[in-house]
Order: sequence, then C-alpha cells, then structure tokens
Amino acid sequence: MNTVLRSPFLPLLVPIAIIATWWFASAGSTSVFFPSLQDILIAFQETWLFAHFWSDIVPSVVRLIAGYIIACLAGIAVGLLLGRVRSLDAAFQPSVQFARAIPAVALIPVAILLFGIGDVAKIVLIAFCCFFPVLLNTIDGVRNVESGLEDVSRSFRLTRWQRAVSVQLPSAMPQIFAGMQTSLGFAFILGIVTEMTGSANGIGFITLEAQQSFTIDTMWSGMLLLGILGSLLNALFVLIEHRSLRWHYQSKAGH
Amino acid sequence: MLTVKNLNKVYSTGVEAIRDVSFDVRENEIVCLVGPSGAGKTTLLRCLSGLLDRSGGLVALDGQAVTEPPLRMAAVFQDYSRSLMPWYTVERNVALPLKNKFPSPADRRDRVNAALSAVGLDGFGSSYPWQLSGGMQQRVAIARAIAYEPEVLVMDEPFASVDAQTRADLEDLVLSVQAKTGTSVLLVTHDIDEAVYLADRVVILSSRPSRVLDIVDVDLPRPRDQIETKSLPRFAEYRSHVLRLVRGLGEAQDFSAATLIHNEEKTRSV
Repeated sequence: MNTVLRSPFLPLLVPIAIIATWWFASAGSTSVFFPSLQDILIAFQETWLFAHFWSDIVPSVVRLIAGYIIACLAGIAVGLLLGRVRSLDAAFQPSVQFARAIPAVALIPVAILLFGIGDVAKIVLIAFCCFFPVLLNTIDGVRNVESGLEDVSRSFRLTRWQRAVSVQLPSAMPQIFAGMQTSLGFAFILGIVTEMTGSANGIGFITLEAQQSFTIDTMWSGMLLLGILGSLLNALFVLIEHRSLRWHYQSKAGH
Repeated sequence: MLTVKNLNKVYSTGVEAIRDVSFDVRENEIVCLVGPSGAGKTTLLRCLSGLLDRSGGLVALDGQAVTEPPLRMAAVFQDYSRSLMPWYTVERNVALPLKNKFPSPADRRDRVNAALSAVGLDGFGSSYPWQLSGGMQQRVAIARAIAYEPEVLVMDEPFASVDAQTRADLEDLVLSVQAKTGTSVLLVTHDIDEAVYLADRVVILSSRPSRVLDIVDVDLPRPRDQIETKSLPRFAEYRSHVLRLVRGLGEAQDFSAATLIHNEEKTRSV
C-alpha cells in the first residue's frame, strides 16, 4: 500500500479509476440522457476530429485568446497608470468599482445589440470581464515595490519610464500573473456563454445545438472537449508563468 | 566638496532625529560616520543624498545645494537583497543607471565590464543576483555605484549583513577602489574598528537626536592592511577614543564606577 501511495503515478490513478468506472458503468447504456462512454468518444471523434475543428474549435479559441490578450495588455497599462498616479486613481477608482460590479454576462444583450452576433461582440465581452482582475492586481503590485528598490530608483535618477519598465512592472509581475490566471478562467466561461446565447459557430454553439437536436452523445463530447481545452490552456499558462517568473521562484527558494 | 551645515531633521510626528550636524567631505577622502544603533545615521544619510527632505540647514555638493539625488553621487545601501533587481542579470543591474549618464552603448558596456572587474566579479555578468552569495551581491551593488562614476560614494552600513571574513574583504575592496578612482567616500557604520580602519576622518554622532560629538582625523599610513594597521598602537588609541565617545563616556580619564554610572545616566536622559 505504501509503495502505491509513494508512486509517481499516483496523480494518474484517480482519473484512470474515474474513466474506467464510467466506461464499465455506462457500457451498453440504453438511457437517452446518459449514453455509453464509448458512444461519447465516437461522437467526439466524429464531431471534433476534425469535422468542426476549423469551423468551430479554432474560432472559439481565437476569440478567447484575442479578448484575453487585449484585456491583459489594457489591464497592465491602465493599472500602471492608476497605481502610480494618485490623481488618476482618485478620479477613476469609483468608476472602476462600478463597472467591475456589473456581471459580464448581463452585458451580453447589450453587446449583441451593439455589435451583433459576430466575433466583435464576443471579443469585447471577454476583454471586458478579463480586464478587471488584471487591472486590480497590477494597481496593487506596482504600488508595493520594495522600498529599497524605490530608493535605488530615486538615487540613481531613473526616469519615470525606466522605473515603470525596469522596476515597477517586473516587481509587480507575480501579482499580475495571479490576476491573469483568474482572468483566464473568466475568458473561458465568457467565451462559451457568448457562444450559447447568440452565435453562428463555436464549441458552445455546437454543444448547445447538439442538446437541442437531441444528439446527446455529441453534447457530452462537448463537455469533454471543454474540460480538455481548459486544462490545456491552464497548463500552458502555468508554463509561461514559471518561465517568466523564474527569478521570483528562485530568489524566494534561496532565502 | 560635500558640505553639511547645521543640518536638522524633525519628523512630522515631532520626533527630532538630527540636531545641528555639520561636517565636510573633501576630495579624495574617506569619511566614516559612527554612532550607536538607532542614532539616526540612516536618516542623516538619506537627508544628505537627497532622498529625504531636511528640516533646516544646508547640504551642498560642489557648492550646489542638494535638493534631489545628485548626478554626481552614487549610493550603496545596507540590504543588498533589496537593492538589486532579481529579474535582471548582474550586468543589467550595473548598466541600468548608466543610461541617463553615458549615451553611448559601447561606452556603457566598457564601464560595466570595468566595474565588475574592479570588484572581482569578472565572468559573473550574466548571473542573476540570487545565484550569488551575500558578499558577492554587495559587490554588485558597489560595482553599480562605481560604474556611475560618482564624485561622492555614499554607503549606508554596506557590510552589516555579511559575515566577518567577507566584511574584511569588502572593506579592503572599498579602500582599493577608492585609491584607484579617487572618489570621495562617505560611509555610515556602527562598527568602530571599521570606521577607524577605513577613514581619513571619523565623525562621531550621539544617540538620537544625532549631534556631532567629535570629528577625529585618523592619521594612519596608507595603504592600510587588516593585520598591520590594526596592530598599530595608534590604531588602538583612535579606537578607544572613538569608543569612549560612542559609549557616552566623553573624554573620561577616570574609569571609576561613579563616572561610568553618571555618564550612562546622562546618555539615557538625553
């Protein structure tokens, strides 16, 4: 038993157990709502590999990443300004708090009205809701620069731009990444919800359509795809984060 | 070249940190400020280097009043781990402040290499600060300061957080760098041996509020040596003189218990 608990394959055991249980429990299922895992996998292969790959998976991912990157860039830029310029912060903080309080999904009807059911509305919504976690973490991060580094910046007369780019932003990066990770989850949710509420393509659209046209195994295969996609995106994020923050993890480990 | 006249600092909370401090740092000279812990030495240094507003008095570098950190002054801070940028390599740490002073990139690269070589860090340019020991990190901070080519190098307890052997090495490094560059050095320390060993003059500060108790010219031969200089009888004399003042014993000739207690009470009541 002990050797099992210490095995490096431990993290794989639970997923394997779940899949095996699912496979055998659902085998030969005649329920309309709970098709067998085998049927779901066949539907998965037929739907996503690669019949709807270019027409639906790619547009979903592109919109998600476009909205997300716009939000990150805008959140960091505006966060730096609000974090380091007191008067701007005083002027904009109440509006930020107000805008942030609006649930992004409530803006879907507005976005459809203004931008239609094409890509623009979805990208705008994703960008809107991903903007705030990045913004707030950036504001907080650039404000809490190590006082020793503030002294160094001042005594060596670094310009405003040098302080921002060489001191404040790098020092805030661990916190900015935390905000960006929250935002990535939001982007995923918003991406799918916008496709389910007014769209002509996308993973969410196909999944909802499958449910409405009673191809239940395709609907389940959509769940599977979303799970896999979400995990992959998060893994990619963590990889980039660890690469970019090597100094952070290493210097913390040293002390 | 650096003139401090009747410098006062009273914090907005009403705490008086510095009272009427005056001294000079001349060209090509090492001046050490010593005083008991918590005497406001760091506050004094921050006022001198333009990082902190003063409440009264004058600080001037080459006759120009210091109101912000001067271009001709460079600082080395106590806590090396908080004064280097962990996201930059050693090279970029040293190079960063040079951009506004030396426009040519090739010239900057030469200065960075020369400075790293002067502090004995050849070949460590592409390392990160957190890959280096404490003493080496402080060498990076010193390299950054001398690459900036200051007329005055200001150091705030630069060796307080390294071990004794490293400390001796770094003291000698400051002596050799100073001898080579001719920069004036103003160094704050609470270590009396260090002050006497390094300085041409020692400014002795009282406990809070900081006042100048005495300024001692240290007439020991250069170049100095950790063993030879410290075994000179005159080194011991300077040392005891400074120590007595720092401990609040004044120029006490008499070591009777009564004087001791009397003086200690006097210091406490201040």
